[in-house]
Amino acid sequence: MSFLTLTNVNKAYGATRAVIDMNLSVEKGEFVSLLGPSGCGKTTTLQMIAGFADVTAGRITLDGRNITHAKPNTRGLGIVFQSYALFPHMSVHDNVSFGLEMRRVPKSERAERVKAALALVHLQAHAARYPRELSGGQRQRVALARALVIEPPVLLLDEPLSNLDAKLREEMQFELRQIQRKVGTTTVMVTHDQTEAMSISDRVVVMEAGRVTQIDQPHRLYEHPQTRFISSFVGKANLLEGRVTATGAWATVSLGTVALEVEAPGAAAGDAVVLSLRPEKIRLVAQGQGRLAGTVCERFFLGSQWLYQVATAAGELVVVCPNDGAAPAEEGQGIGLDWPAGQVRLLPGALHLPHEPQRALEAVA
Amino acid sequence: MSAASMAAPLPVVSMTGTSRAPWLLSAPAFVLFACLLLVPLALTAVLSFQVFDHATGVKNSFTLAHYAALLTDDYYHAIFWRTLWISALTTLICVLVGAPEAYVLSRMRSPWRSVLLLVVLAPLLVSVVVRAFGWSMLLGPEGLVNQVIRAMGLPTMRILYTEAAVVIALVHVMLPFMVIPVWTSLQKLDPGVEDAALSLRASHFTTLRRIIFPQVLPGVLSGSLIVFGLSASAFAIPGLLGGRRLKMVATVVYDEYLHELNWPLGAAIALTLLLANLVLMLSYNRVLERSYKKSLG
Repeated sequence: MSFLTLTNVNKAYGATRAVIDMNLSVEKGEFVSLLGPSGCGKTTTLQMIAGFADVTAGRITLDGRNITHAKPNTRGLGIVFQSYALFPHMSVHDNVSFGLEMRRVPKSERAERVKAALALVHLQAHAARYPRELSGGQRQRVALARALVIEPPVLLLDEPLSNLDAKLREEMQFELRQIQRKVGTTTVMVTHDQTEAMSISDRVVVMEAGRVTQIDQPHRLYEHPQTRFISSFVGKANLLEGRVTATGAWATVSLGTVALEVEAPGAAAGDAVVLSLRPEKIRLVAQGQGRLAGTVCERFFLGSQWLYQVATAAGELVVVCPNDGAAPAEEGQGIGLDWPAGQVRLLPGALHLPHEPQRALEAVA
Repeated sequence: MSAASMAAPLPVVSMTGTSRAPWLLSAPAFVLFACLLLVPLALTAVLSFQVFDHATGVKNSFTLAHYAALLTDDYYHAIFWRTLWISALTTLICVLVGAPEAYVLSRMRSPWRSVLLLVVLAPLLVSVVVRAFGWSMLLGPEGLVNQVIRAMGLPTMRILYTEAAVVIALVHVMLPFMVIPVWTSLQKLDPGVEDAALSLRASHFTTLRRIIFPQVLPGVLSGSLIVFGLSASAFAIPGLLGGRRLKMVATVVYDEYLHELNWPLGAAIALTLLLANLVLMLSYNRVLERSYKKSLG
């Protein structure tokens, strides 16, 4: 049995269903992210785990204990809120100490643990300050220290980095992961930022319209997205709509005037499908070579990379090439596009999959 | 060159504009303030140092007799003391009733919240005199309250024309002035802090006491200042519900002016009340600022 499990959890606000048949099991020490656009039910899920939102149907267990309807102040979870929710009238030290006080930890031990928690987030020097005297990143750290000092069985992070500027967010991402590794606390994070979810999680749960659409390790999620939504939401993708014309070990997919060979077990002739091809998997080759001919429409210099928009018979494709110092392709230049055959993913044509979410879950459970 | 010559006059215009504009813009308000408050106040101050004679009226010579009377006469001491404790008690009851009321209001859902806020503020729409008469009907010997008391088999209580009646009516009048500032500071509260405290194992009561209350304390304190100040200078309520015998400072001032015709003494009492109120409020504000400046800004 997993450490934290959600079994067929549902949440309804009147007629609207915010979370539908959510199943998730988190192992001890694991870092799991709930990823999805706003309104997909990820925050509601976190609130149900925390106990701030009632569970309409289903079961939540923590370490074998059923906590579905337990009061939030009996669950003992560490929570970092999106707004940080620091106590503005208390110093940093008192903020961090509050949870220990509520647990009636003796005063000497309390001082010790607060000190250790502040050292963990590099804020020893700021213990006497008040939250309004701290920067956004420092407040974030205080919130983290306050949640970790109680040594919670599970740490819940609600969009912890969304209020920080881009550079700081990147730094905090790695720091968050380091701290989580160091203390080994089971962590569930909610985020709408796919790079954040992928860079620090062990597993990512993608949610869409209240349902889980895929649970996978970050790189598997990126390489093998199961729906069109995921392939465009997680990273960038060229999506090409077509129809299967012939099947075999490799299916032939017709995309208007051109046809591509795609690895597609189980596809039937006549199926409407979408091909997904990551921009960085495509290489630019000399005109006349490669799998597809095209013309560079526009190019953008991104520093470490070149981004090209290439017009082809299959539609406009985005191509990202590393800046290796070689002369880039010119705008208007005719070129060829090539990619490893196995890198094209075939997705069912409809935006919402008719497939059973349960099957995807069993694959990872 | 043309750009420079175009740009040059602009700062000059704005300079003269900015130096005069604030004065010009605030002039009407200042004139109004001066005419309606500062001048009468100064005249009152002058009046309070003038000699009064029952036969001839106000004389144009300087005396400190009125202030000396105030400081030495037990009659005035009693009235000032009564005004002070009635105002303090009213303030205390307003805090005890108004702060929880504001909290409950802030936690209500959307349609009910505005409806009930209107209910809280509704008394402000009715004249204080009308409300005072309403209370005198309720609290009188044959009023509803005494009817209920008699129905329970208890003897008739004398409520009207006592301090109790004044305090009850003052609390009723002053409550909105407590609810509004507390409600405002509750609106500024991050809703997450309550959840954060709960997640750290605090009980609901501890959360209220240690997390919510300290943060709305500035609202409670400013509400207290308003309620205390208005109660100490209240006239209609003590006048109508305290009766002729139970006097507060404002009613004594009225009596001196209109019954005794001793305007200088009335002016001295009024100024003493103003001074006492100022001293109390400023020292209160000092204490408040010292303890909360650091944490709450």
